[in-house]
Amino acid sequence: MAAQPSDTLATLKTESETLKTKLEEERAKLHDVELHQVAEKTEALGQFVMKTRRTLKGHGNKVLCLDWCKDKRRIVSSSQDGKVIVWDAFTTNKEHAVTMPCTWVMACAYAPSGCAVACGGLDNKCSVYPLSLDKNENLAAKKKSVAMHTNYLSACCFTNSDMQILTSSGDGTCALWDVESGQMLQSFHGHAADVLCLDLAPSETGNTFVSGGCDKKSCVWDMRTGQCVQSFETHESDINSVRYYPSGDAFASGSDDATCRLYDLRADREVAIYSKESIIFGASSVDFSLSGRLLFGGYNDYTINVWDVLKGTRVSILFGHENRVSTLRVSPDGTAFCSGSWDHTLRIWA
Amino acid sequence: MWNSFKFVKEGWIDSYMVSKMSSKMVGSNNLAHAKRMVQQLRVEASIERIKVSKASADLMRYCGENAKYDPLLMGIPASENPFKDKKPCTIL
Repeated sequence: MAAQPSDTLATLKTESETLKTKLEEERAKLHDVELHQVAEKTEALGQFVMKTRRTLKGHGNKVLCLDWCKDKRRIVSSSQDGKVIVWDAFTTNKEHAVTMPCTWVMACAYAPSGCAVACGGLDNKCSVYPLSLDKNENLAAKKKSVAMHTNYLSACCFTNSDMQILTSSGDGTCALWDVESGQMLQSFHGHAADVLCLDLAPSETGNTFVSGGCDKKSCVWDMRTGQCVQSFETHESDINSVRYYPSGDAFASGSDDATCRLYDLRADREVAIYSKESIIFGASSVDFSLSGRLLFGGYNDYTINVWDVLKGTRVSILFGHENRVSTLRVSPDGTAFCSGSWDHTLRIWA
Repeated sequence: MWNSFKFVKEGWIDSYMVSKMSSKMVGSNNLAHAKRMVQQLRVEASIERIKVSKASADLMRYCGENAKYDPLLMGIPASENPFKDKKPCTIL
């Protein structure tokens, strides 16, 4: 005996609401204290002197994304004009340059081996370019198309080898791809709008990653099953950036609501908000220092704010860029961080 | 129809230039969507959680144990930070 479709829909909606309430109640039960209260006994941080140590000039338009090589000195960056450049950050020399066939290359990533870079954007694809030692070789000739989405590529990153790439897209999905065959190994559905960012969990933590999107939601995914295992909806606008805390037990997000937030995965809730009344522009990009004590946030008001992750206070504000900071990454050994901006430059800070 | 919200909203690009995805996730099968939502919520509601006090203590302990290895936190001298040299250096 088939039930009326509308009855079943109504029942499901009620069950949905009940479960949401239950979720909130369960989370609230364990909310016995605030992180910054527990951190009161921690020593306060002193004054920070961080300056621009290198400026990388060469992009002809807005820098949209950057990634460090594991060798701690090379950086790949991509820009609105379709250019992808590989830099030696110590000398500021450009080692490679590729012109993509599309504009707005919003995503780029360095392969763990250091031998290739991946990038994509308005072409809806993620392509891998092997890096040649021969400077005269045309990199574009060896390009390999790996991922195909039905809308722009917003972020990409290699997993722990050169063989697999994780992507996020304006089509609302994330996907895991095999680089060699171009085959999709897993897809991740659950966001209700563009997915703007993703970050892979530190390898000790296992096969998960976090994504953030225009639906104001961040989701933690099991890479093997494609299942969303946790989600958080406390931001008030698009989530532009997500980054795992170094232990893998938490992650930070930066949003157009002008705040950065910290979510603890084992407590399953937001545990800190990094905000100030004077900060009214969106945070585009966040990353942690090596110990996780500092959170660097690049903002649309051209500044970089440095936050004490435990106490929730701002410890420094860095000026220098002449337009929005769009991307920011700490180097693999934590000695410096690099920011990219709509002012066409990248800056190395230490 | 799905619109690429970010681009249109930001005014970065003429909305006509953005490729539109055919409606896959939005409302074509409400019943299936509602069932998925309920299943998803069941998964999320059932996970094990710890108290914020314990989670916070663990985050603090991690920071404390690793602080001394954090160059940006501790501020290492110029001689040890390749970026702090005034002249570009040759790394062998």
